[in-house]
Amino acid sequence: MAEPMVVVDDLHVVYRVYGRGGDRGTAASSLFRLVRRRRRASIREVHAIRGMSFVAYRGDAIGVVGRNGSGKSTLLRAIAGLLPAEQGNVYTAGEAALLGVNAALLNDLTGERNVVLGCLAMGMSREETANAYPGIVEFSGVGDFIDLPMKTYSSGMGSRLRFAIAAARAQDILLVDEALATGDAEFRVKSHARIQELQESAGTVFLVAHNLEEVELTCNRVIWMERGQIVKEGEDVVGIIDEYIAASGGAPVLRDPVTRRRMKAQVAAPIKA
Amino acid sequence: MTDQKTPLRARLGRAGRDPNAGRLAGPGQLRTTDLGVESTSGDGLSLADYAIAHGLRPSAERPSIPAYLRQLWRRVHFILAFATARNIAMYTEAKLGQLWQVLTPLLNAGVYWLIFGKLLDINRGIPNYLGFVVTGVFVFNFTQRAFISTSTVMTDSLELIRALHFPRAALPLAYVMIEFQQMLLSMVVLIPILLFTHEPLTWYWLLAIPALLLQTIFNVGVGLLAARLGAQVNDFSQLLPFLMRTWLYASGVLFSIQTLGHTVNSKIVALLEVNPAALYITLVRNALMSSQRESAPGTKPYNALRCAQWHTLGHAPGQPQKYQLYSAYCHYTGANPAHFWYYAIGWAVVSIIVGFYFFWRAETRYGRG
Repeated sequence: MAEPMVVVDDLHVVYRVYGRGGDRGTAASSLFRLVRRRRRASIREVHAIRGMSFVAYRGDAIGVVGRNGSGKSTLLRAIAGLLPAEQGNVYTAGEAALLGVNAALLNDLTGERNVVLGCLAMGMSREETANAYPGIVEFSGVGDFIDLPMKTYSSGMGSRLRFAIAAARAQDILLVDEALATGDAEFRVKSHARIQELQESAGTVFLVAHNLEEVELTCNRVIWMERGQIVKEGEDVVGIIDEYIAASGGAPVLRDPVTRRRMKAQVAAPIKA
Repeated sequence: MTDQKTPLRARLGRAGRDPNAGRLAGPGQLRTTDLGVESTSGDGLSLADYAIAHGLRPSAERPSIPAYLRQLWRRVHFILAFATARNIAMYTEAKLGQLWQVLTPLLNAGVYWLIFGKLLDINRGIPNYLGFVVTGVFVFNFTQRAFISTSTVMTDSLELIRALHFPRAALPLAYVMIEFQQMLLSMVVLIPILLFTHEPLTWYWLLAIPALLLQTIFNVGVGLLAARLGAQVNDFSQLLPFLMRTWLYASGVLFSIQTLGHTVNSKIVALLEVNPAALYITLVRNALMSSQRESAPGTKPYNALRCAQWHTLGHAPGQPQKYQLYSAYCHYTGANPAHFWYYAIGWAVVSIIVGFYFFWRAETRYGRG
């Protein structure tokens, strides 16, 4: 029987955003608001997730697709336990690590220190960190840049290193939020392989990507979101993605069989982190 | 702030305490066909029950205090490495690099030497006024810097918090570690200054160690408090400079609270004396400066003439230092100096317990930003 790793139960997430405008922004208007005990006029509630429910099982790689602003990143942050739910709840087996595009670690430190700090923060011992270090550096492919501050890295190099660090420990649940978007072709192949490894070694992976080809290659399930709700969810990855493309009026995914086969072959080749 | 409270309570109510709280009609109901859940779960079983039955935990659940402390203990290497890394990063852009760690307290002392030693001939009735001020400034700076740096640690490290799971208290702890190291270096600068101003090297100096350790514990508590306040109340950073300046003036860094008694109500003197910053400053001064031990009011039998001489000649410029030491012949007015160590221990214990509890309460909310 399939073992559930993530249970999302009627999840609602509401952001409260300050500074909508409408406040005149003067000292007098602030005082007036305080005296009248009125709520700040400039607060606006954004209902980002409106009642989502689904279960993810051990070994699932779930692609989350949808337009910008449909709540994909919010969903991942809620699963990671970083955003409190307004209603409903998210249950996870073990810890969830979130890999986002701008989840820089410590930009003014060298890549080397970032690797060590990242490993220690994830709860690895010093020994484990020392053992994992060469693998992480090799996997990230940043090479000589490892002893330069991370702020000098290109966005691709930064995301490669971050991915390598987070993937070093067999995470129970790995949430990848477009972290692979800036990687080059070689890194994509490597990260596909690593995600598959994690999937096989007990993990569950969520992948938010606008590159639908990537979702098709990596995921066995797909969730199509629109305005904070599930439009369609299931294991028919190709079918749902086609529907999503048709609904959003995008260009269809090029399913060139030769390239597809070549990538699959590379993914299958053992590339160890 | 009030606007954020309602959903938080709603969330906490559901976060594991009552497993049935998540049971809802409609969307919360498990639709077995859609989800591919096997028939053992049965119809009508809520998703929350299903999750709990399989040993899943709410993702935004706060660990219990013992579990949290255990997690924190496992991150001890992370805390040390993070402190070192921050320390290195702080000075990477400066040409003199780490040298600034020593140069900063040295220049600080230099400024006070220039003003109080050379430009102004004032002593406020205090023997070795330069040593008095520099010791006070260095000890106060430890608490002040710990307070200010931890108030921004959560917002500074938001990306780290969002990317990785670790007990968030590791971050303010690391920042206090940095300030601890900085304080040790300033003590290294302080020692020759005190020797140079004719303070003898005695066994009393060892008492500075427990005093500074108690202050460190106090600072950890204060740092945890400031970290949460800084993360959640944006107005806090606007208020902080005023708070710190008031605290500086209330803690007798530039004047002696102990000898205020003749102008200020003795209850207020006692209150100022037992404020934590003043306590740690006094304890360190008493440990390192024999002139402070000898001049503390009440340490010698009351002598009206000598006390009067201290009030007049002791405050006048150009008089011999012995008149400044005559404050010992006056009565002590504020808190009983014999109890200072108990107050210092009390503050450290209260601060770390309150600070830790306050920080831990919001553990799951620091990633929001």
